[in-house]
Amino acid sequence: MADSTIADQDLAHDEAGGSPPARPGSGRLMRFAVRLASPVAIIVLWQVASMTGLLSPRILAAPSEIVAAASKLIASGELLTGLVVSFLRVLAGFSIALIVGVLLALVSGLSRLGESVIDPPIQMLKAMPFLGLLPLFILWFGIGEAPKIGLVAFGAVFPIYLTLHGGIRGIDKKLIEAGRTLELGTLGIVRHIVIPGALPSLLVGIRYGLSVAWLSLVVGEQINASSGIGYIITYARDFLQTDIIVVCLLVYAIMGLLTDGLVRVIEAYTLRWRPQVIT
Amino acid sequence: MTNIVDIKQLHRSFGGPAVLDGIDLKIAPGEFVALLGRSGSGKSTLLRVLSGLDTAPAQKLVIPQRRSVVFQEPRLLPWKTVIENTALGVRGGDAQSLARQALADVGLAHRLDAWPLTLSGGEAQRAALARALVREPELLLLDEPFAALDALTRIKMHGLVFDLWRKHHPAVLLVTHDVWEAVALADRILVLDRGRFIREIRVDIDHPRRRGDPQTSSIETELLGELGVEPSHA
Repeated sequence: MADSTIADQDLAHDEAGGSPPARPGSGRLMRFAVRLASPVAIIVLWQVASMTGLLSPRILAAPSEIVAAASKLIASGELLTGLVVSFLRVLAGFSIALIVGVLLALVSGLSRLGESVIDPPIQMLKAMPFLGLLPLFILWFGIGEAPKIGLVAFGAVFPIYLTLHGGIRGIDKKLIEAGRTLELGTLGIVRHIVIPGALPSLLVGIRYGLSVAWLSLVVGEQINASSGIGYIITYARDFLQTDIIVVCLLVYAIMGLLTDGLVRVIEAYTLRWRPQVIT
Repeated sequence: MTNIVDIKQLHRSFGGPAVLDGIDLKIAPGEFVALLGRSGSGKSTLLRVLSGLDTAPAQKLVIPQRRSVVFQEPRLLPWKTVIENTALGVRGGDAQSLARQALADVGLAHRLDAWPLTLSGGEAQRAALARALVREPELLLLDEPFAALDALTRIKMHGLVFDLWRKHHPAVLLVTHDVWEAVALADRILVLDRGRFIREIRVDIDHPRRRGDPQTSSIETELLGELGVEPSHA
């Protein structure tokens, strides 16, 4: 609730600067309608192009066919099954990335020795185009679940490590001193000061890491998948079903948005101490 | 009566010339001591040693186990509410109710669940004071705690600190560069210059002390002289 009123005030300030003041509700609705116009026009043109034969379904299926394909995939349960498999891969890979990234960042953020041991190799690995590691992952882990989960974990671990490490290093030393005068002890300082203080940075890293995780999954699933969204795509490709491919791409996008939205909800709650949460 | 602070020949340097150059300091239980000095005189360094944030060689260094610090900035944890911040310093006992009582004592009973970033400067510093006092310290260290406050709030805070001192009776070491603050509150005033005490004044004047009456004025003038400020410019 508080967020929306803050946002309203911000909008009001913006409006006071340039355009004449309008009633907030109708103004926003207007803007939304204007912004919606061009995507709708594109979809209409796309549909017309498909119907007149200008756009071959081998290149791209018509929007209407995509909707039909989506409802068929949903009705058959195929999409849901694939989605669950893909989601579990992201969940497994991302969980590994979260645990490893947080542990490495804590060790390297809290001790000079830890930093000199952990940070250089991570910086080196980070420079690698990690999607290019897929052939190696297949050689190491075979073609089952492991290379896919591994690729997700490997891609997502860097943003988590980097942001948390930066967050820990950026904590106000004066707060740590205050903690010492309160005799909190090292564990207490980590728990009450370091972790909550670095949390805003970590949450940014988690959001970024999640988007990398879905990207890694898309790539990982193209290779030898026998289940999941990627498998549906591969299968559709072999039969030139561009409608199904588009449906699957949309599902990836929606899943990315949903998981990002979930983190934003967590963010809004855990960072409610900040005077303005601008998400 | 045994002193709760007993320091002999304390030295501290950071590579260059000595910041603390053979300090001797004794503080009795419940005594209110003010430490005056120009910036760079070593006041904050001495306070850091007393608070345990810094270590330094000394012939003798006795400081009480139970001590609290209030810094120039409130240093509240922004992600904890006022009462959570206050309860943080409590070991054992019912932290919540002790914290609530301490906050009531500083006049913040209505701000228990507020986030620190929403407090005014004076409120935040009162919360910091509550967080320090809830620990029932034997020694309360105040490092220019009112320097960042506006003049009116500062006057109110002087009264509050004095009342709290009367109530809890910890020994207090108040580091300040405000001569009147020292005269208004302290039993004893020490002037630090280049790492040595150059002056010690006992202030045996009844409270409340008024600024401008002959007794306080003469002490103020004397202290300003020690600090190198000509009275005519003060």
